[in-house]
Amino acid sequence: MHEAFVSLRAEAIRKWEERQQSTIPRILVGSATCGCATGALDVITAIEQKLQETGIKAHIQQVGCIGMCYAEVLVDIIKPGRPRISYKNMTPETVAELLEDYLLNDNPRPDLALAVIGEGEVEGIPNLADEPVFKSQQRIVLKNCGHIDPESIEDYMAQDGYMGLVKALQMQPQEIVDIVTKSELRGRGGAGFPAGRKWNSCLRAAGDQKYVICNADEGDPGAFMDRSVQEGDPHALIEGMTIAGYAIGASKGYIYVRAEYPLAVVRLKKAIEQAKEKNLLGENILGSGFSFDLEIFQGAGAFVCGESTALVMSIEGKRGMPRPLPRPRTTEAGLWNKPTLLNNVKTFAYVPQIIHKGADWFTSTGTEGCRGTAVFALTGKIKRSGLIEVPMGIELGKIIHEIGGGVLNDRKFKAVQTGGPSGGCLPESKLNLPVDFDTLVEAGSMMGSGGMVVLDETTCMVDVARYFLQFTLEESCGQCVPCRLGTLQMLEILNEICAGKGREGDIELLVELGKSIIASSICGLGKSAPNPVLSTINYFRDEYEAHIKDRACPALVCKDLIKYSIDVEKCSGCGLCRKNCPTEAITGGKKEPHVIDQVKCTKCGICYDVCPDRFRAVACFTGKEKAAV
Amino acid sequence: MDERVKNILASFRGHRSEIIPILQAVQHEFGYLPEQEMKEIAKFLRVPESQVYGVATFYAQFYFTPRGKHEIKVCLGTACHVRGANKILDALERELGICCGETTSDALFSLEKVACVGSCALAPVVMIDDNVYGRLETKKVKEVLGKYA
Ligand code: FES
Repeated sequence: MHEAFVSLRAEAIRKWEERQQSTIPRILVGSATCGCATGALDVITAIEQKLQETGIKAHIQQVGCIGMCYAEVLVDIIKPGRPRISYKNMTPETVAELLEDYLLNDNPRPDLALAVIGEGEVEGIPNLADEPVFKSQQRIVLKNCGHIDPESIEDYMAQDGYMGLVKALQMQPQEIVDIVTKSELRGRGGAGFPAGRKWNSCLRAAGDQKYVICNADEGDPGAFMDRSVQEGDPHALIEGMTIAGYAIGASKGYIYVRAEYPLAVVRLKKAIEQAKEKNLLGENILGSGFSFDLEIFQGAGAFVCGESTALVMSIEGKRGMPRPLPRPRTTEAGLWNKPTLLNNVKTFAYVPQIIHKGADWFTSTGTEGCRGTAVFALTGKIKRSGLIEVPMGIELGKIIHEIGGGVLNDRKFKAVQTGGPSGGCLPESKLNLPVDFDTLVEAGSMMGSGGMVVLDETTCMVDVARYFLQFTLEESCGQCVPCRLGTLQMLEILNEICAGKGREGDIELLVELGKSIIASSICGLGKSAPNPVLSTINYFRDEYEAHIKDRACPALVCKDLIKYSIDVEKCSGCGLCRKNCPTEAITGGKKEPHVIDQVKCTKCGICYDVCPDRFRAVACFTGKEKAAV
Repeated sequence: MDERVKNILASFRGHRSEIIPILQAVQHEFGYLPEQEMKEIAKFLRVPESQVYGVATFYAQFYFTPRGKHEIKVCLGTACHVRGANKILDALERELGICCGETTSDALFSLEKVACVGSCALAPVVMIDDNVYGRLETKKVKEVLGKYA
């Protein structure tokens, strides 16, 4: 192995070990975007203040997101000789209390704790590995997220970081491509194209200049897996791309990051600098003669740029419009018409470990045909929302009920949406399906890049379908008619249905339109735009029919089909609804039953929300009942 | 030429592939893309103005009118949508007295919708400038706005 690297690595490991043996307590605070959004920075200030006040000595360290967003702000405390304890939902007040009790008085406060992480036991606190939220998870891509300081290359190196690159540099490019092929790694961007095939065709393509591009334009609304990897473990992505560069013979790479991810850009920039400093990136990497440069390109807000040809156009400084078929493959003529390897963030992030540990190690996880793990952003009406990584082939229901803890507020489960605007909704009866690329497609949805949104009985499926269609319509680049106008036609029909003006035959028309849009659009955006509509019609046809035939929205969502009213028997005249009504539609004297003026009512639902639980006087009606009130 | 554009353009090579980074830099400085500056960019890259506009209008990030001091982005992504993002947007529109896409008359706030800011687990989410507010409720909207008034 390269001498300089050996000493760098030894130094990194020494520092890491030293920190583990630290004689003063260590405090880790999750401060990725989710942490910050829930007040991690205030918590850090409170910790600093408390330490100063009490004179306790401790290290404060910021870490990436461990994925348990429902429990943010997370603070982990490691006292010398004690296991790492993770504390959930910290606020400036509770954290101050905790420091006092645990650091001064040695009471680990099991009531505030989430779990023990790693080895060791503390009475009254369960181990994370035994908890339902973690038991079925297996972490490969996310293994460092929440454990290392993402701004420290040494932390990464202490976790075998850059070992894959060093190994790769001693191999022939073809050998590397063969390992990737043998690992059966499939692209994690959504469609699951075999990565080895792509790499091979890029290696073979003739060209003096080749490019590696990482698609980090995570555009699916309701998905943040790639953001977490970039924010929590940026070096894994950089190392993976560098290996790819060496394997296909490219000297330049681009990371195309979404405009909405400012923190990811900061972290990546820093990581690139550090890697260059240590000669793990840039000119003549570790004396191997191979040079590779990485540049960050910030997207400017266009969903269609998730399409490979549109993304390439965007980097070239053009409007991001996908190129119609027939066209050469991106691997042969991509960026500036040169052979280009384009993969998703997670795909690249798997590579260092696959090279380091071998293809067999990777294929030992997952199923035949779909190896490795799947990363999901579990959100929506779910108790434990967050970022999870599970072996391919896990049962869909297990993710929702075991890992996610079931539906929020114990409401009834209705559907789970995967694959974003290109995917579909699966009902309860499909929860026994194994999760992998092919099974989900067969069931009428798709894996996508990893958004998984849980919907409950209060979600209207027609509204969800309309929501997605509206999204794709707005994001259509507009160059082909089916996508630009076909989706508009579908949207108009859905709008009518939601407004209570649906007609007999609308459902059939939607299906017909959807099928022709799929058949005739230029790119993946149009080809998949009707999916959410078709899958909801397939599994939730009764809801469409209720809207059309009974003028009813069973989930009480579509404003034109519902009506709020106050039950005179139950109303005590507290006046809360009257005070909060934004349109002054509610009248009534003190201690007297209130009434809603239906003409003024905009159906915002605030009165329903603010009516105290002990009265529950505001009710919502639809369909026949609505006509009766 | 405005000193500020001059300085920005000086840090680029003048290759037409730099058009998006240049637009981003100019917008970062001015808050939007002023007409005069668009002309300068076209001249600098030696392309017709229509091409610069063609690119700028394609991407949602670029604005051609001045923005408010604080930019409010309401997330209407899937996770936020199913957790009542529309109610939050309604409340913001009412509170500010403007519609989505507009700027308040005192130029303090601009209101915009976005599809996902990547904090879906905390839905519904609103982003003001670079700060993310998660688990929002209609009742809290006033309080959050108060921090910026
Ligand atoms: S859907 Fe709102 S942050 Fe992702």
